[in-house]
Amino acid sequence: MTTSVGPEIDALVRRDGGRMLSRLVADIRDFQLAEDSLQDALEAALVHWDRSGLPRSPVGWLLQTARRKAIDRIRRSANFRSKSAELTALIELDRDFEPVIDADPIADERLKLIFTCCHPALAPRISVALTLRSVCGLKTEEIARAFVMSPEAMAQRLVRARHKIAKAGIAYEVPEADGWGERLQSVLAVIYLVFNEGYAASSGELVRGELCDEAIRLGRLVHQLCPGEPEVEGLLALMLLHHARSNTRLGLAGELVTLEGQDRTQWDREMIGEAREILQGALRRGRAGLYQLQAVIAMIHADAPSFAETDWTEIALIYDSLIAVEPNPVFELNRVVALSYAVSAEMALKRLERVGAALESYQPYHAVRADLLVRLGDMTAAGAAFERAIALSGSAAERRFLENKLRAFCGQGCT
Amino acid sequence: MKYMALIYGAPEDSPTPESEEFGPFMEAYAAASERFEKDGVLVAGEGLEDDSTATTLRVRNGKVETMDGPFAESKEQLGGFYIFECANLDEALRYAAMIPSATYGAVEVRPVSDYSDLE
Repeated sequence: MTTSVGPEIDALVRRDGGRMLSRLVADIRDFQLAEDSLQDALEAALVHWDRSGLPRSPVGWLLQTARRKAIDRIRRSANFRSKSAELTALIELDRDFEPVIDADPIADERLKLIFTCCHPALAPRISVALTLRSVCGLKTEEIARAFVMSPEAMAQRLVRARHKIAKAGIAYEVPEADGWGERLQSVLAVIYLVFNEGYAASSGELVRGELCDEAIRLGRLVHQLCPGEPEVEGLLALMLLHHARSNTRLGLAGELVTLEGQDRTQWDREMIGEAREILQGALRRGRAGLYQLQAVIAMIHADAPSFAETDWTEIALIYDSLIAVEPNPVFELNRVVALSYAVSAEMALKRLERVGAALESYQPYHAVRADLLVRLGDMTAAGAAFERAIALSGSAAERRFLENKLRAFCGQGCT
Repeated sequence: MKYMALIYGAPEDSPTPESEEFGPFMEAYAAASERFEKDGVLVAGEGLEDDSTATTLRVRNGKVETMDGPFAESKEQLGGFYIFECANLDEALRYAAMIPSATYGAVEVRPVSDYSDLE
């Protein structure tokens, strides 16, 4: 079925879907019911808006309709009586709701939702998936792809998690400060994963700016909620520093442009300045953690006048600290890159072979290896490494980028 | 909501009556129970005799079959329980963490089903 308002509704869902769902979960207190009701409301919108045009507040209209759909669904359901308290609350909400007067019908409920999704009673992997689905509005299929799972298995996990939240009585709230500890760590991890999903989408489009914006917004909210928490500041600074470079990461043909080839005059200096201020404040507190250290590295890149003039020795040293805090093969790989510029490609290649086993099926490992081999003049081995990296690429843009490199460097030399 | 805190422990890991820790362990239980009562979350709570006293029964084809021992053989055995009345899971977990055996074994927290709507 094609209707004239279809594209507008799609755009609305893309922009406000996550926020609407958060608001509805807050009102209805049931993830599944909120999602089903929003779906009902969107179907209704397709019919009604096509007939009478867009309402004055489309978001308000959808929220009110979804609430009414929820009331209908509760009335029809088998456990009607156990839901009577929710029903009464919803009917009251419906009566008080003034969609036209209400300028922003979505107060920020997303943080509560994130904290609920990141409850330690849920497995960390499922926390991330649930946040991506409920707060950021990613489709179940998209999340399944990112987690290398079948959509059916992912859907089942999400249902189980929602069921646990409802049945085990996990509170829908931001906990008191003394209950933050482990949950704050998960919340920060989830926000960073959302950012990364936008920054280097695991499938489809290479960059999904709206997810980056969303992650930064959430980072700011957590920052407001707990000012003076150095890792929160570190994460916010880190995201801002990456985001400041976002408009130079894609070439005219939509191909990936790495740090080396980016036009540094186009980086958002204002955003970098803001990140610097936040990061300096964090470092003064003397409790450096993973996000702060990564932000320091991003800051060194932001300050370097060119790729060649980057302080690679400093960067390699910070990777040492990072690996000391959290041994991680991806940090090892990044340290190898820094060392290749700070010391030599030859020494870096030797180090790389040592971390190889853990990264055998990780595309960047082979891309880095190919680059080092090119710099050392071993075109035959470089060609093979490029081929391996290309085979492991998730997105078309990434593949194109590597194929171009393969052609450029190995055009003549490789067999 | 009502939550049941099921207390599991391996007998060899928990303080025995002969040990030095046993006295303080039992005092800690008394203090915990007092706290639960004072905070108004305590619905019920009992300790169980050790699992060698357990009898498991099944009814099959109208016949009762009994067996010696607990339902499932495992290192950690059910040793007792509390039932709490709490606002949400976090509150229940907070109280469950005060159960002295949590330090030696494990405490499983589960919401008690509400059948009030079935009547």
